[in-house]
Amino acid sequence: MKRTISLTAVLLSALLFLAAPLMASETLTGDEIVTRANNAAYYAGNDGRSNVTMTITDSQKRTRNNEFAILRRDSADGGDQQFYVYFERPSDIRKMAFMVHKHIDRDDDRWLYLPSLDLVKRIAASDKRTSFVGSNFFYEDVSGRGLDEDVHELIETTDSQYVVKNTPKDLASVEFSSYTVRIDRKTFMPVYAEYLDKNGVKYREVEALTIENIDGHPTVTKSRVRDLASGGETVSEFKDIKYDIGLKEDIFTERYLRRPPREVRSRR
Amino acid sequence: MLTFKNIIAVIIVSCALLPLPVTSQAAESKLRNLQDWLYDNHQTELNGFVEMRAGVRTNRELDEKDLSIGEARLQLDLSKVMDWGTLKLKTDLVGDTVDETAIADLRELNLLFSPLDNMDVKVGRQVLTWGTGDLLFINDLFPKDWVSFFIGRDDEYLKAPSDAIKTSLFFDTANIDFVYMPTFNNSNYIDGSRLSYWNPILGRNAGRDFVFDDNQRNSFDEDDSAAMRISKNISGVEYALYGYYGFWSTPKGLDPVAMRLTYPGLAVYGGSVRATLLGGIGNFEFGYYDSLDDQDGDNPLLPNSEFRAMTGFERELGQNLTGSVQYYMEWKQDYDEYETFLPAGMKKDDEYRSLLTLRITKLLKNQTLRLSAFAYYSPTDNDSYLRAKAHYKVTDQWAVEAGGNIFLGADDHTFFGQFEDNTNIFAGLRRSF
Repeated sequence: MKRTISLTAVLLSALLFLAAPLMASETLTGDEIVTRANNAAYYAGNDGRSNVTMTITDSQKRTRNNEFAILRRDSADGGDQQFYVYFERPSDIRKMAFMVHKHIDRDDDRWLYLPSLDLVKRIAASDKRTSFVGSNFFYEDVSGRGLDEDVHELIETTDSQYVVKNTPKDLASVEFSSYTVRIDRKTFMPVYAEYLDKNGVKYREVEALTIENIDGHPTVTKSRVRDLASGGETVSEFKDIKYDIGLKEDIFTERYLRRPPREVRSRR
Repeated sequence: MLTFKNIIAVIIVSCALLPLPVTSQAAESKLRNLQDWLYDNHQTELNGFVEMRAGVRTNRELDEKDLSIGEARLQLDLSKVMDWGTLKLKTDLVGDTVDETAIADLRELNLLFSPLDNMDVKVGRQVLTWGTGDLLFINDLFPKDWVSFFIGRDDEYLKAPSDAIKTSLFFDTANIDFVYMPTFNNSNYIDGSRLSYWNPILGRNAGRDFVFDDNQRNSFDEDDSAAMRISKNISGVEYALYGYYGFWSTPKGLDPVAMRLTYPGLAVYGGSVRATLLGGIGNFEFGYYDSLDDQDGDNPLLPNSEFRAMTGFERELGQNLTGSVQYYMEWKQDYDEYETFLPAGMKKDDEYRSLLTLRITKLLKNQTLRLSAFAYYSPTDNDSYLRAKAHYKVTDQWAVEAGGNIFLGADDHTFFGQFEDNTNIFAGLRRSF
């Protein structure tokens, strides 16, 4: 009996000992949490692909559908990235290709290829809070927001989530006054974000509706953004997701704008 | 103005398209089934659109029809992606009430493949574009369709296809594109048949009363042309050098015996740079136009050599609002000779011609409504051209648009001033599939 107790005591103290560093890590700062969340949400694997269906519903409940394939490659976690978007529907934008070289330290480079004119058009990209292809998602929701653009403040830690409030350093550059993100404590995936307008009224929310584990990476496979002011919303569904498919950097060049790479194709 | 005959013509075009607006659920699903069947059984994608478009001149005086455009168009776009290459066929079937014709217009029929890892080849009829200008072209000598551009067809039709072999090589040091066209592909120029123009022989503007024909260059032996580009992107700054050897793409020469326009020899050497600048995009491009058949500039029937340059800047001005400006100039290289040998009574061009362009684009209603205005203004010619358009995507399939092409000029013979009589408004309806 005594032996059993001592064994339990040993196990307990061992557990406590092991748990100590874990508990220390629980006291992450807002900055650290957001950095890890950014890596989890936007930098899974070294590269990846997905097919995306966006259902855009306007305030009068009329719907539109965008379908496209997206390729992503990371130069480094948390660093520069390249994106390639190949449109499939609606048919008037079919075969158009959109390419972004995302830079951390300067403005992104963006190109759009119009196949009917064989035209590689360079796009001015100063405002990242503009609708992505007419949806309620912004460019920034797709490729991530610069971590240095906000002050991150951990305001609550629940059993399963961190709640981080983000206040923009340059209020004039954005349409919100702050946004609050709920981040899963285990996976560091952001699961919900709400935006307050300049009067402090909630007007926009972004939500991860489904998260699945794909190739070892927790991955959002369905998400929704609601524009509470206009009543419109967009639901994105992600299919045929693959990570670490060995995308080469040269895929993200003019050559492949004019000639889509095979990686954009999947089963229809 | 709007005559009864023209109204009838528009009605006929509309009727040709009537089966379309009444697309029932059944027809819709039949089309989907055909698309799926082609994809499943032949790995071939079928897409396209049906469209009707009509437009009128607003202030006609010369010998032209009131109707500037009136057509029903079906575009079929078939592509087959195979392991080793992509085969593409794009053709338009057009019923045209202005020309009173029904034609099949083959826009693309080409094969794209990669014989080497760092090499792409595209053979066949294809649309080709390069250069940095926005509706201004210096080193892009590929054929344009100026008639389509001025009468309000979709922007896609500004580019006429070329029958060509395009070989692209990709190296770490730079990329090289080489385009060979076995016979010359000229631009669709303004000849008077649909749009009126300044006729230097008559010394006045002319329309159908003097359709100015050209001497086509279509001999395989001597009428081939070639274009080359060497390009490199160095951390977001795109540099390119260009070369062209062929002919002026619009008929700038005159054969006085046959009284036909000709395409004199032309070589062009140029360069361009494009990069992000001040939160927007800046570009600069130049080219030296060596008029091969008149290098001394003393033949009044042939164009002078020219130096051309342009610079532009585009940026977002607000949410879903983009603006751009461009400055463009042409400089005749042998102006003294040109002046000396110009026949008496002929209108004289200036040594320099400059052009400013301004573009404003605004997207509204979740980017389904696009309002755009593009203006050319030449301080030297004292003329201008405004392209204004409203495009609304009613649904994912349906789109309507309306616009105008407005020409103004102090003189009848300047580049845009000569088209004053062609000022037109148009509207179109398109169903994409």
